[in-house]
Amino acid sequence: MNLEELKQIAENTREEHAKFDYDINICMGTGCLSQHSDQIKDQLTKAVAATGKNAFVRRTGCMGLCAAGPLLLVNSRGIKHEVLYNHVTTSDAESIAASLGGEPVAALQCDLREHFESQVHVVLENSGHIDPEKIEDYIARDGYEGLVTAVTEMTPGEVIEQIMKSGLRGRGGGGYPTGLKWSTVAKAVGDPKYVVCNGDEGDPGAFMDRSVLESDPQRVLEGMALAAYAVGASRGFIYVRAEYPLAVSRLTAALRDARRRGLLGNNICNSDFSFDVEIRLGAGAFVCGEETALIASIEGRRGTPKPRPPYPAVSGIWGKPTLINNVETFANVPPILRKGGEWFSSIGIGKSKGTKVFAITGKIANTGLVEVPMGIPLRQIIEGIGGGVPDGHTFKAVQTGGPSGGCIPAELLDLHVSYESLIEVGSMMGSGGMIVMDDTSCMVNVAKFFIEFCMTESCGKCIPCRAGTAQLYTLLSRICDGEGTMADLDLLVDLSATIKETSLCGLGQTAPNPVLSTLRYFRNEYLDHIEHKRCTAGVCAMTKTNETVEVSA
Amino acid sequence: MISLAPPPLPSDDKRWKIVNGTMRRHGFARHALIETLHTAQSSFGYLDDTAIRFIAKSLRVPLSQAYGVVTFYHHFSLKPPGKHTLTVCTGTACYIKGSDKLLADAEKHLGIAQGKTTPDGEISLMTARCVGACGRAPVVLVDGELAGQLSSEQVIAQLERWVVA
Repeated sequence: MNLEELKQIAENTREEHAKFDYDINICMGTGCLSQHSDQIKDQLTKAVAATGKNAFVRRTGCMGLCAAGPLLLVNSRGIKHEVLYNHVTTSDAESIAASLGGEPVAALQCDLREHFESQVHVVLENSGHIDPEKIEDYIARDGYEGLVTAVTEMTPGEVIEQIMKSGLRGRGGGGYPTGLKWSTVAKAVGDPKYVVCNGDEGDPGAFMDRSVLESDPQRVLEGMALAAYAVGASRGFIYVRAEYPLAVSRLTAALRDARRRGLLGNNICNSDFSFDVEIRLGAGAFVCGEETALIASIEGRRGTPKPRPPYPAVSGIWGKPTLINNVETFANVPPILRKGGEWFSSIGIGKSKGTKVFAITGKIANTGLVEVPMGIPLRQIIEGIGGGVPDGHTFKAVQTGGPSGGCIPAELLDLHVSYESLIEVGSMMGSGGMIVMDDTSCMVNVAKFFIEFCMTESCGKCIPCRAGTAQLYTLLSRICDGEGTMADLDLLVDLSATIKETSLCGLGQTAPNPVLSTLRYFRNEYLDHIEHKRCTAGVCAMTKTNETVEVSA
Repeated sequence: MISLAPPPLPSDDKRWKIVNGTMRRHGFARHALIETLHTAQSSFGYLDDTAIRFIAKSLRVPLSQAYGVVTFYHHFSLKPPGKHTLTVCTGTACYIKGSDKLLADAEKHLGIAQGKTTPDGEISLMTARCVGACGRAPVVLVDGELAGQLSSEQVIAQLERWVVA
C-alpha cells in the first residue's frame, strides 16, 4: 500500500457512493439498536426497493442524540440540506421511502439546530457518516492518509513533533501531554515496546469510548499504529470492557479488514515497520482503568496497581517500555497527522487544545454524546446543546469526572471548560461524563453513591483506600439516615485529606473528591440533614427519625 | 517431578474443546488466563471448580492465582446463573434516573436480593456498573438485550412474562 493506492481506494469508494441519488444513514449504535434500528434498516431497504428509487441505506455509528433515537439521516444528491429524523419506528419506513425527492416527513423531523450547530467534530467527524465495519468508508473520508504518509515520508521523530505541536493531552482524565509521553517511550531502552489503548471506560455515566469504538474503530487503530511507528513498538493491545459486546465485535471486524488491506501486520506500506493489535477483554474492575492495574490485567493477573515510578513508559507490560493512551486520545491522532499539529492547536483555549467529547446524561433534555471545542462555557453545553433541565425542574449541579470528579453548582455555569478550570473548582475533566442533576437529587446521597462505588471498586491493596472509603461510606450513611452530628462533618474532611494524600493510585487519591466538592458547594444540604433531620430533595428516607412524614408530604 | 504436559479435557463435553482452543491460540501462555476464563464462562455460564482447576493446570498458573483472578473481577461468577437474567444498570446516570427504585422493586417482586437467583433457578437478578447506554437511562439488560427508559411496571411485567413462559 502506498499513498496513491490509498487515494485510489478512496476515489473508487466515493464514486461507488455517488451512484446513488439518496444516502440514508441509520444509527446502529448501542442506544438506537436497543430500539431495533436494525429492523428499521431492513424495512427501509425493502420499502426503498419497492418505490424503485435509487437510494443507499447504510448502517452507521452513533449520531450523538441518543435521547431522540432511533435516528436516521437522509442526504439527497445535489441538495446541501440533510434531513434528520428522530424517534423512527419500523412503520415509518414506507413514508420515509415515499418522501425521497419530495417534502420530508414533517412529523419525524428533528429540529434541534442549537444542539448540532455549536459542536465541532474532530473525533466524531465520521460517526454517523460511515459504516463502521467497512474500512473503505473510512478511507473514503481520508482515513489512513496520516499513517501512510507518516510511514512512507516521515521519520518517527517528525511524527512526535507534530503531536507535540498540537498540544494534545490525554483524554482519559489526567491530561498528561501526549507528545511528551510518546517521546519518553521513544527514548526508553527495551525491546519489544508495546502500545496499549485503554478502553476500560469504567467511569459510570461516560460512554465516549464505547461510541468511538462502535462508530469509527479504524480511527483508533490508525491512531495506535501511528503511535507505534513514532515510539518504535511492534505489538499493541486494545483493552475493552466486556460490557461493550458491540464495540468488541466491530473492533474484531476492523482488525480483520486492516490486516487484509495491509495497514496492520508485517511491513506496513513495504517499510520495515510492522505492527499488530490484539483485543483484550476487561472483566469488570473499575481500577483497571489505572495504567499499572491495566497492565497487570493484560498480563492475566488481578488488576491491582503498582507504585510509580517506574512508569509504564519505562517498565510496562512484561517490564518493557509501554505507551498507554485512552481511546479518545488515539482517535485525535489521525487528523493531527493529516492536517498538522498547528491546525489542532488553533482549536481550544490556553493549555487545553482541541475538542472534547462529553457524554451528557441525567436530568437533561438532549441526553447523548457531544463534541465541543475546549474553552466553551459550561452553560452553553448544558442549556444550549443539552437543552436544559426538562419537566419544569431546576438545575442543581453537573457532575464531571465520574467517581474521581466533583459537582459543579449553578453559580459556576459560566465556567469555560478546560483541564485547569475544572480542577480549580474542585472537579476534573475525567474521561468526559457529565451528569446533570436537578432539584430532585440530594447531594449528600449523590456523594454517598460515589463513595459506595469507590468502596466496592477499591482493589484492597492499600489501606487508606480500602478502609478509608468504607469509613467515609459509614459516615455518609449516618448523615443520610438522619443520625449525623456536626463532628461527623469535620471527620469527613479530615479523613478525605488522609485518603487523598496516602492512597497508592488514582482511585484512592481522587475517591474523596465527590464528598469534598459537595461539602464545598452544598454544605447547607449536609447541615439540613444533620441539624434539621431534613432532606429537601426528598431522597433520603431519614428512617431513624420521626420526620419522615413531613419530608415526603 | 512435575508433569508439564497439558492435562486431559475434564470430560467429552464439546465445550472443553472451545476452552482448550483459546488456550492453544495463546500458546498456553500464562497471560491467557483471563481470556480463557472469559471463554469458559461464556461456554458454561459460570466457572466451577473443574473449570478453574483445568485452566490453571493447563496454563501452569497456581490454583491460588487462578481463584484470585476469578474472585477479583466482577464479571466472573462461581455460581450457575438462572434460566433468565435481569441486569439492572446502577451507573450514575441510571441512578439519577431512578435505577435504585427499579432494583428495589425487582428485588421485592422476586423476593431475592441483587446478585441472587430465585430458588427455582429461573431468574437471576444482577447489577452492572454502567453498560454505557447512559443516553437511554435507566437501562436494564433483559437476558443480555439492552432495554432503555424503563419504568418499574415495565420491569415487573417482563419478570412476569418469564414466569408464564
